Amino acid sequence: MAEAAQNLHISDEVAIQIDNMNKWYGTFHVLRDINLTVHRGERIVIAGPSGSGKSTLIRCINALEEHQKGSITVDGTLLSSDLKNIDKIRSEVGMVFQHFNLFPHLTILENCTLAPIWVRKTPKKEAEEIAMHFLEKVKIPEQADKYPGQLSGGQQQRVAIARSLCMRPRIMLFDEPTSALDPEMIKEVLDTMVSLAEEGMTMLCVTHEMGFARQVANRVIFMDAGQIVEQNEPEEFFNNPQNERTKLFLSQILGH
Amino acid sequence: MSDTHAQTVAYVRETMLPELEPPATERGVIKWMRENLFAGWFNSILTIFAAYVIYKIVVGALPWFANGIWTTDSLAECREILQGATGGCFSVLTERWNQLLFGFKYPDDQYWRPTLAFVVMLVSIAPVLFSHLPRKMLILTGLFPFVAFWLIWGGTILAPLVALLGFVAAYIAFKKVEHQSFAMGLLAGLITAIVVWFVGGFVSGAASNVLALEPVASRDMGGFMLNMILGTVCVSLSLPIGICLALGRQSDMPIIKWICVVFIEFIRGVPLITLLFVANVVLAYFLPPGTNFDLIVRVIIMITAFSSAYIAEVIRGGLAALPRGQYEAADSLGLDYAQATRLIIMPQALKISIPGIVNVAVGLFKDTTLVSVISMFDLVGMIRGPILASTEWNGVYWELWGFAVFVFFIVCYGISQYSQWLERQLQTDHR
Ligand SMILES: Nc1ncnc2c1ncn2[C@@H]1O[C@H](COP(=O)(O)OP(=O)(O)OP(=O)(O)O)[C@@H](O)[C@H]1O
Ligand SMILES: [Mg+2]
Repeated sequence: MAEAAQNLHISDEVAIQIDNMNKWYGTFHVLRDINLTVHRGERIVIAGPSGSGKSTLIRCINALEEHQKGSITVDGTLLSSDLKNIDKIRSEVGMVFQHFNLFPHLTILENCTLAPIWVRKTPKKEAEEIAMHFLEKVKIPEQADKYPGQLSGGQQQRVAIARSLCMRPRIMLFDEPTSALDPEMIKEVLDTMVSLAEEGMTMLCVTHEMGFARQVANRVIFMDAGQIVEQNEPEEFFNNPQNERTKLFLSQILGH
Repeated sequence: MSDTHAQTVAYVRETMLPELEPPATERGVIKWMRENLFAGWFNSILTIFAAYVIYKIVVGALPWFANGIWTTDSLAECREILQGATGGCFSVLTERWNQLLFGFKYPDDQYWRPTLAFVVMLVSIAPVLFSHLPRKMLILTGLFPFVAFWLIWGGTILAPLVALLGFVAAYIAFKKVEHQSFAMGLLAGLITAIVVWFVGGFVSGAASNVLALEPVASRDMGGFMLNMILGTVCVSLSLPIGICLALGRQSDMPIIKWICVVFIEFIRGVPLITLLFVANVVLAYFLPPGTNFDLIVRVIIMITAFSSAYIAEVIRGGLAALPRGQYEAADSLGLDYAQATRLIIMPQALKISIPGIVNVAVGLFKDTTLVSVISMFDLVGMIRGPILASTEWNGVYWELWGFAVFVFFIVCYGISQYSQWLERQLQTDHR
């Protein structure tokens, strides 16, 4: 399986460039000197103990959180406090949350067409066609007219993925997309993500699903205490971790 | 014996017997009564006591209604007919019907105008209340304020037409400039509106006979009509203002935030009645001498300020109840602040706030009767003043106040029933 992932094309083009990025919450130093280059087509899994700053890192990439030092460049656009830049980057970067965050007052279809219609100014009809296309892709076109509250967790998360894809993002961020799900629903969401990866989507994924990391990732990043402690190809990362903290973490999460 | 195989087996039933009814004690009314009215001795005593109270009220009130007199011209006449028997003198309602509805100064031959305005209101409010009605009807809703103003206050139709034109022109100007920036759009709209109103003011002043209805001054408005005018105008103004205040209070911009906080906290700390006295007396001092600032407008400003502060707090509660994830999801899709607020945040916050908003609206509508203390003759003012003070009807308390109670109850109960229906309609999280 690992070979399949390796065969996927990774271009030389840089999708995300993070240089010396630091972030504080008040006086608490959450992210320290983060340097990270993500090429187009890369599939990166971010792992690490709770509170290590994984969520904060990927939320900085679409400016849901502000960083205080260093620079983040997404798709050639420098993230600054300029609102135009931020909105542009956000419309190019899709994000999937742990708790789905679907809009409960809108139907599934409306959830998916909202941003294309208002941000991309896509005509309603076309937006609905795009939405149905992606809902078919995540295998729930028949739920289009229901409300999020009427769907199972796994279905909701697949809708959330479809909703992001409707904006035709060039990069997808996932923040523990499966950790609020029952075990039997995890697979359906992971399958969706795998097929997305196979289509060459640039993905950054915070997850504890190490099977997924082995199968899909071309790089695993390990974070601890706000730093990137180690990064490597999945095989190397799992079989031959260098850092003590990585070893401890892997033994805890794989060792049961 | 066609339904058994008597030849082979002694007895086999082939067809189902119909289900027997449960015994009488487990059925229908009796079962319901046993479970709900007579479950335990305490419950039974309460039931019997309540039944006794209801019986007493009905026995007392029934003859009063049944023997009611509807057609006399004064209390004395009515008493004469009754000859000491129990009975209501409802003739005060029929004789003073128009005064109760329109006040005592609205010209008699023009009653059709507020009546028509009321009917038009019912039609134009419908598409706002019921979202399955055709959206085209909202045009009617937009036109209603201008039509109603023309009908109730009279004068030339040009005045409300110019006002409407100003709004339309402002909207067009806003749309034209909006793409540059939102603030520029607002400014362009504002300037356009002022120009149109200024120019239009001359035109409508010069041609004041065009389609003119007999003008009626604000101080001549009265009766339940005045309550309805104040209620509808203030509710429909204070909802958008309340939304703005609630958003302003959450704003990142300190000046806007503090203006909103001070306004809300000040208004909430002051009794409405003092605000009304301010509107009546004090506000006149602040205005440049010679300006004749309509008393109704002053009262509307005060009541609106009062209820919008309360609505703002209700909506702030709704906003606070929304999970942060909703804001983040909207942000992450690239929606800007205005879009996220309008499409994602407000619909949900308002839905949560419906009971609170309705509470304020109902309270506001009832509080419109407070204007009677600053000598405006709304329904309560009419009863207290001209009607009870008249020689014909001095002393008819029950019938008049009962009528006032009935009218307000009907409207407020209607509003509350509507809100409950709306809440059920908006329920989307049923699993
Ligand atoms: N809004 C905030 N204000 C202050 N501290 C915060 C805030 N959000 C997160 N933190 C802190 O920052 C640190 C990193 O949080 P983050 O959510 O990025 O961790 P994480 O690696 O995603 O953890 P988990 O696996 O539990 O999701 C934590 O110690 C957390 O307590
Ligand atoms: Mg996290």
